[in-house]
Amino acid sequence: MTADSQRDADIRRLAEARATEPGALLPILHAIQDELGFVPESAVGIVAEVLNLSRAEIHGVVTFYHFFRTQPTGKHTLYLCRAEACQSMGARALEAHARKRLGVDFHGTTADGRFTLEPVYCLGNCACSPAVMVDETVYGRVTPERFDEIVS
Amino acid sequence: MSTPTVKVFVPSDTTARSLGADAVAAAIAAEARKRGTPVDIVRNGSRGLYWLEPLVEVDVAGVRHAYGPVGTADVGGLFAANFLAGGKHALALGPTEKIEYLARQTRLTFARVGVIDPLSLDDYRAHGGFRGLTNALKMTGEQIVAAVTDSGLRGRGGAAFPTGIKWKTVLGAPSDQKYVVCNADEGDSGTFADRMIMESDPYVLIEGMTIAGLAVGATRGFVYIRCEYPQAIATMRAAIERATAAGFLGERIQGGDRGFRLEVREAAGAYICGEETSLLESLEGKRGMVRYRPPLPAIKGLFGKPTALNNVLSFASVPIVLDKGAEFYKNYGVGRSRGTVTIQLAGNVKRGGLIEVPFGPPLREILYDFGGGTASGRPIRAVQAGGPLGAYVHPSQFDIAFDYEQFAAAGAMVGHGGLVVFDDTVDMGEQARFAMEFCAVESCGKCTPCRIGAVRGVEVIDRIRSGVNETANLVLLKELCETMVVGSLCALGGMAPFPVLSVLKHFPEDLRSSTVSNDSVAVERRA
Repeated sequence: MTADSQRDADIRRLAEARATEPGALLPILHAIQDELGFVPESAVGIVAEVLNLSRAEIHGVVTFYHFFRTQPTGKHTLYLCRAEACQSMGARALEAHARKRLGVDFHGTTADGRFTLEPVYCLGNCACSPAVMVDETVYGRVTPERFDEIVS
Repeated sequence: MSTPTVKVFVPSDTTARSLGADAVAAAIAAEARKRGTPVDIVRNGSRGLYWLEPLVEVDVAGVRHAYGPVGTADVGGLFAANFLAGGKHALALGPTEKIEYLARQTRLTFARVGVIDPLSLDDYRAHGGFRGLTNALKMTGEQIVAAVTDSGLRGRGGAAFPTGIKWKTVLGAPSDQKYVVCNADEGDSGTFADRMIMESDPYVLIEGMTIAGLAVGATRGFVYIRCEYPQAIATMRAAIERATAAGFLGERIQGGDRGFRLEVREAAGAYICGEETSLLESLEGKRGMVRYRPPLPAIKGLFGKPTALNNVLSFASVPIVLDKGAEFYKNYGVGRSRGTVTIQLAGNVKRGGLIEVPFGPPLREILYDFGGGTASGRPIRAVQAGGPLGAYVHPSQFDIAFDYEQFAAAGAMVGHGGLVVFDDTVDMGEQARFAMEFCAVESCGKCTPCRIGAVRGVEVIDRIRSGVNETANLVLLKELCETMVVGSLCALGGMAPFPVLSVLKHFPEDLRSSTVSNDSVAVERRA
């Protein structure tokens, strides 16, 4: 089996395991992204077939939600909060620092493949702003210096 | 002779961990081993005194003593100061319950938050858990709905609609299947109360939703949690599993003949899905496009069935109503705002955290007596109340009381209880621009005023800020705001102009004179 056909088989397995749940599409897409790191183009057709929906419906859902990614990402995803509580504590400056330090814009992946930078609107850590989340670990009161420690 | 092992509490909630609580817990364990002093480390939730996190507590003869904020470097000194016996130390705060910030609060919904081990069913029951459910099991749906209605509880998500009346509609809607859905898509910046409930006292949400199921005749429920809250998702899933295994959920609740199944659904990063009809679309596996109303979700909700859809805090406030009675709850508060309000004090504030008090205190008391002013030490310039769709409140308005109607009369909203404080370095023109930018990023795209209006709003504000036809463009901006307010299908487009209008009213100098900062990001849109 080639890598691609193995991946497609995995996608089908993940979709079929959840196909009978009510409103199964989001749980299926989460399962695919959890396992593969992103939702590959081929998933659209496979999931459409498993759920008996049109490709357009699947594509529409994948692209509607900010969280689903259609391209592979870096080893870690760094979510930087851009919302008001963080703004009040210097998030705009932190954002500028992060772009410069990582050498990428939002949705970009660093040259060494370690980090993909994503904007996020609130991590619920608003009493200890600004906040960033690396994969599933949240950091509070992130100064530019602390940011450098987190990514180094 | 043996001395009992001392209990040491180290919070495990997201904020405490974001400030190093895990490392502190590990350091305490290591130091205890080194000294041959056995300790029982309990990972409780957070008390919500966030400026003191990581807040370590020690049980001294049944009274919890607090130390904070504790860093790993402090651990050796704490042991040397005999903190396990409540010893004196620079970080000592005395008995936790006597800390003024906490002592001044009335914790009803948050009674157990930060006190118990979040996943311990024994802890939950020992602190009054499941008493409301036990009472509800002996009542008819009508009786439960009447109790919730009499309590005066109004939707804590932001819309403040009476919870009992909503449930009554669901109860009266005949159907073979009904649902209970919890909106845990807490997307407003400056809010974290839902997250705290889910991470620190998950069973109270389970209990509240189960009572809702009994009230309206629903046998199945979903908790829709935002994916930005991985720990809340994991804690809720674990709690549901344990509650089911212990017979508090499932086919036969507490061995009786009534059942309620509950599951967590993970959202996918769309702010609009905090809007109830959009949330339902998302749960059904679709794009989170807002639905036209009517029909109300209470009549035709999830999969077209009658659905009791409420916020986390609304459900979490129900168990105490059923435990202590509607009168008990209703006796707190002012006017038509009954019970307690959970204020989340955030942003540039010295003492940020969770403040649960009866409705009624003036905003000033929250900002200064609790909050202590800004973290930066500079004057407060503005406070955004009620999330990204809420107005910026000017210091001249700080005497308004925390009450749905008083806030509304001042052109502001309580919303989900979030307050974001800004000091005098803030550029309010930038904040106005951001309100439109955020709306453009998060619009579902169904209605034109929101989808196009928000993009045009950013453009017009940029023109004003660059000094292009300022006067004419200010008129245009006001008209655009009016179009969005009256013409949008839901609260996103309908309320995104509120922060902009508040800047126009209270901080017009910032909108007119400034230059556009170079680092402001172009509006990004998803295909």
